[in-house]
Amino acid sequence: MAFIDYYQVLGLDKKASDKDIKNAYRKLARKYHPDLNPNDAEANKKFQQLNEANEVLSDPEKRKKYDQYGENWQHGEEYEKYARQQQQGRQQQAYSGGQGGGFEGFGSDDFSDFFQSMFGQGGRSARGGGQSKYRGQDYNAELHLNLKDVAESHKQTLTVNGKNIRITIPAGVENGQTIKIAGHGGPGVNGGPAGDLYITFVVAPDPKFRRDGSDLYVTENLDLYTAVLGGEVTIDTLNGKVKIKVKPETQNGTKIKLKGKGLPVYKKENQFGDLYITYNIQIPVNLSEGQKKLFEELAGKQ
Amino acid sequence: MTQTHLIATEDICRYHDVEYTFITSLGDAGLLELKVVNQSTYIPEDDLQKLERMIRMHHELEINLAGIEAITHLLDRIQHLQEEIRVLKNRLPANF
Repeated sequence: MAFIDYYQVLGLDKKASDKDIKNAYRKLARKYHPDLNPNDAEANKKFQQLNEANEVLSDPEKRKKYDQYGENWQHGEEYEKYARQQQQGRQQQAYSGGQGGGFEGFGSDDFSDFFQSMFGQGGRSARGGGQSKYRGQDYNAELHLNLKDVAESHKQTLTVNGKNIRITIPAGVENGQTIKIAGHGGPGVNGGPAGDLYITFVVAPDPKFRRDGSDLYVTENLDLYTAVLGGEVTIDTLNGKVKIKVKPETQNGTKIKLKGKGLPVYKKENQFGDLYITYNIQIPVNLSEGQKKLFEELAGKQ
Repeated sequence: MTQTHLIATEDICRYHDVEYTFITSLGDAGLLELKVVNQSTYIPEDDLQKLERMIRMHHELEINLAGIEAITHLLDRIQHLQEEIRVLKNRLPANF
């Protein structure tokens, strides 16, 4: 856990007046406020740091304590207190994963460990931070999938703040696509409606198949002899191996299409994309003398 | 027609400590769809998220109505652009 220079966060020095602090905070908040930076985790983090710095420096008591302990905070009694708190275990995580793909919780709203060690868990005042809402807070979460998970719809149970929600992950979902689960965000305040839960699917790139919508692309190695004389190759598709015929005199870079062997089309049952195979013809290496002679013969050099 | 939940504008004003005219002026600017039922103004629940965002801009960042209007349009554009980037990125070969 590192010391945080709250003055630096706001671009100020220790002599800054209350007004300087207020102005610096306002100015930076306009730049990094989450409402003005949708889907920008970096800006959200910055804004969180700003709030933390403002929380400390705009409160005369906190500022005094911070100035007093400063970088030597570790030697103070607060450090002892912090160490004890750590032992008592951390708060339960808001989310825990369902079976299958890993589930990452939404960005934590907590202030830094440094803040908590100096001012305690309850050190945070209610104001500021864009948290005043009538409607409940929206939750954002990521669900990590691989390409095979996308090949068919499946149900998954997620645990969100102690409640189980069963969701269906629709087949053909795109990387980065977000679905809204209405009413499963934070509870509203004073009778306000609950927020929504937004789940963003993160589909990891597959080492073999490249995806474009519901179509898949793959490069297959083909030995020279099969390419020249024709034959059969076995190709891996997402749902098993397929044998396909290779025409004689197949050129390098030839593309063939396996209809319907791609991914299901999102929200369109029984419609599938195609699988495109590009042949990469392999020239034999480490030729024996005999083989070399045969090639020379073919080349008309003998 | 699906039923939309309506929320009384007065409740929002009370809870957020905003003036009634602020909300009606958002409606006048076309940023919010206000419904009038029996002489009371209501906001569709679906618009609440948008409204609370505008209230935060106003309170926390001291942005005036004209600014909120401009920002709202820009945010809509950002949303479209982000969506377009996502689609385009997914078409790129992996590791590029």
